Amino acid sequence: MQTRQLEITVGFFMALGLVALFFLAMQVSNLASISSDEGYTITARFDNIGGLKVRSPVSMAGVRVGRVVGISYDQSSFEAVVTLAIDPEFNQIPDDSIAKIYTSGLLGEQYVGLDPGGSLESLEQDSELMMTQSALVLEEIVGQFLFSKAEENAMSDEP
Amino acid sequence: MLDIFARFGRVGLAALERLGRGHLLLLQILLGLTSLLPRPKLLAAQIHSIGVRTTTIIVVSGLFVGMVLGLQGYYVLSQFGAEDSLGVMVAASLVRELGPVVTALLFAGRAGSALTAEIGLMKATEQLSGLEMMAVDPIRRILSPRFYAGFISMPLLAAMFSAIGVIGGYFVSVGLLGVDDGAFWSQMQAKIDWSEDVLNGVIKSFVFGFVCAWIALFQGYDTIPTSAGVSQSTTRTVVHSALAVLVLDFVLTALMFGG
Amino acid sequence: MGPSGTGKTTLLKLIGGQLRPTRGSIEVDGQDVHKLSRKALYQLRMRMGMLFQSGALLTDLSVYDNVAYPLREHTNLPESMIRRLVLMKLEAVGLRGARELMPSELSGGMARRVALSRAIALDPMMVMYDEPFTGQDPISMGVLAQLVRRLNDAVGLTSILVSHDVEETAGISDLIYVISGGKVIESGAPDALMDSNSPAVKQFMGGLPDGPVGFHYQAPSLSEDLLSMRGAK
Repeated sequence: MQTRQLEITVGFFMALGLVALFFLAMQVSNLASISSDEGYTITARFDNIGGLKVRSPVSMAGVRVGRVVGISYDQSSFEAVVTLAIDPEFNQIPDDSIAKIYTSGLLGEQYVGLDPGGSLESLEQDSELMMTQSALVLEEIVGQFLFSKAEENAMSDEP
Repeated sequence: MLDIFARFGRVGLAALERLGRGHLLLLQILLGLTSLLPRPKLLAAQIHSIGVRTTTIIVVSGLFVGMVLGLQGYYVLSQFGAEDSLGVMVAASLVRELGPVVTALLFAGRAGSALTAEIGLMKATEQLSGLEMMAVDPIRRILSPRFYAGFISMPLLAAMFSAIGVIGGYFVSVGLLGVDDGAFWSQMQAKIDWSEDVLNGVIKSFVFGFVCAWIALFQGYDTIPTSAGVSQSTTRTVVHSALAVLVLDFVLTALMFGG
Repeated sequence: MGPSGTGKTTLLKLIGGQLRPTRGSIEVDGQDVHKLSRKALYQLRMRMGMLFQSGALLTDLSVYDNVAYPLREHTNLPESMIRRLVLMKLEAVGLRGARELMPSELSGGMARRVALSRAIALDPMMVMYDEPFTGQDPISMGVLAQLVRRLNDAVGLTSILVSHDVEETAGISDLIYVISGGKVIESGAPDALMDSNSPAVKQFMGGLPDGPVGFHYQAPSLSEDLLSMRGAK
């Protein structure tokens, strides 16, 4: 019957639209990797976070273990407080691990890398990482390089 | 001199009056939902003629827009050695902007103009009057289902456009230009946010669907019932829809991504 | 009856409640059409049929579905019952065989007959005809005139027929009102009107080119118009 055919095509159309939306959600966007609210959050203080942003990845040995969920500024210590959400399956991270801010590639995005320590205690909800290393700020490095070059030149000129 | 002011006044008043009629019609159309819900078949028929028949043009355009984005993006990004971000670029442009906007423009040209012509001709041939005299409210029976069909179809069409565009971009960048397959998807997934990018795009296309269907139906219902009048209204539908979509897109983008 | 542009169709639209009068009131079956609530007006319209000049059939539905339309919209009858009713209504206008055709495949006269069977689908108390004879060949004009009369008598309808075809209308009507310039200028049985002394009625019934309804559209005198250099600016 004609009505039936019409209903089938309309149903097919709506299904196709929803599949497309599902595709956008799971394959194109990060919905699949937003690991609900499970897992635990820890904080780390940095002198300088460079270009780190909320949602930047957190990785250990190059494997993604979580993401940055909050960045705030502590007025008393003049430090940046970064909140990291770690996925629940990574619950064996030593509590004396070092958090460093790296850059992927020369100009790429910045991420937090955790270098494992040797402690037997593991990180838990609301733990704070004691040892951190700030982001390398390109201008500072270039500045230092030029400064040392100039110093070298001055030294070699003197004698 | 006074004539000029009088003309200004006349044009302004006429525009206001149209605007008022348009809003009254919208209100009646929206209220038509009450009589539409018990009869979903009416809606299905209209989704068929408005949505299903627009699918082909949407899918084909989406594919080619995605492929062109891949080519152009590669050209720019490869100068910075950032080919890996091609997936992000293609997906972000599609999901945030091109998907909703191009779909709305194509929709106005394909479905909107057809709606205006249909309603306008029904008016010109007294079919709307005839319905009224049969004690059938043409706004509830004819206009409402078409409006809601457009409102529902647009986001689905836009999602199809974006999805097929991403696939087109994938074919060009990974298949043709040799971008790394893993980098293409992983970068995309890392940078495209579900609520920020995808959902905002969906909201945009709901708004565009609402506006395009409204403009098309109003132009049809308000047409001068002659062949010249109907053709004029059809043109106006396409022009007004395109302008409304582009202006609204700017406003929505500023609201969603600007702040 | 009356000359073109005197407001005959407007009158029908007023009766049907599609237009609002600036003054005065219209009563149908004891109810003031323009004081009714929306719902009551629709109730009243279900008891009125209207035949439009063009037929106003829904172009995307077949003849059968067009006639079934008001039944499906306003009743909860089972499909078998609707089928029986539709076939009866179509039989009444002699088009039962054309039920599968689309409106675009019908001739003008057939379209009007289908529209007529649709107008009587809900068994209304009255049917309004808007210029049913315009643009018809003599045969279909005769068919339509006979149909109007027969339906009127068989079902006991009140028929209001608007037309400017003097002969056909006079042949089937009981009472004629002649309208000119928005006013009723004469009324009575067809025969009485034929003998009327009023110049306007005489002109209309006799089809005289000039009379109270002038041949010329309002204009300044010809000599004045020709002498003024480039129109009035």
